[in-house]
Amino acid sequence: MNDKTRNPNPETTGTSEATLLPAVDVFEDATGITLLADLPGVAKEQLHLHLEADSLSIEGEVALEMPEGMEATHAEVSLPRFRRVFTLSKELDGHKVTAEFRNGVLKLRIPKLEHAQPRRIEVQVA
Amino acid sequence: MYRSLFPHDLFAELDRLQREMGSSLGTSPSIRGLGRGGFPAVNVGGTPHSVEIYAFAPGIDPAAIEVQLEKGVLIVSGERDPDLPAEDAKATVHIRERFSGRFRRVVSLPDDIDPDQVTARYRDGVLHVSIQRREAALPRRISVE
Repeated sequence: MNDKTRNPNPETTGTSEATLLPAVDVFEDATGITLLADLPGVAKEQLHLHLEADSLSIEGEVALEMPEGMEATHAEVSLPRFRRVFTLSKELDGHKVTAEFRNGVLKLRIPKLEHAQPRRIEVQVA
Repeated sequence: MYRSLFPHDLFAELDRLQREMGSSLGTSPSIRGLGRGGFPAVNVGGTPHSVEIYAFAPGIDPAAIEVQLEKGVLIVSGERDPDLPAEDAKATVHIRERFSGRFRRVVSLPDDIDPDQVTARYRDGVLHVSIQRREAALPRRISVE
């Protein structure tokens, strides 16, 4: 809860810094995977989603409105950054990921590639 | 609804470890501050003029959060609906860490607060309650005559 919280500097936000692990729900249905992540205190502009090869990273800076000269007396959210990385499997289509972010909850939908979706196979009767 | 137990348990275990490590490092200010790991997580701070409480409760309708101030404590309560697929949907749950259900957290407050000067705002999933301290309690300089 220092000044960096209010003025995050992108140049110093290296990935080696300690981060909080956001709680997530992941569920899968026939057409894709849905991921929900709790990122309280992260503004939309401070949420960064990266998809590189098969690795999906979610990163967010926590920015709270703090009055001048505030001193923290009790902190359960003790770091100003959330980060979590997931590995996607081959059948998922990384190019068609859609994201919604509302009230600190991120909802990602990762569809399966068309050929990986279940289909009915006709049984030929000879 | 099917749940693949192994990935869930592994992540839950890591999460528990992380929480335990966190709680062994920090100190709680009062007997009510021991609710670490509960929902919502709470940060408390103060200035000479006010007490600031931040409750990290993402994904809740602001109208459904109840904030009460009574006898020196602040009570934040409400309910968070599970966002999981319906029971009949053919979905597999791989990871389930997010809190759902009713919650209630109590934060003890210092004696010098003014219960009539409270503001509560909900932004980006964080409830911020600001309570002003009473004028008389502010530190003052006393001039020597």
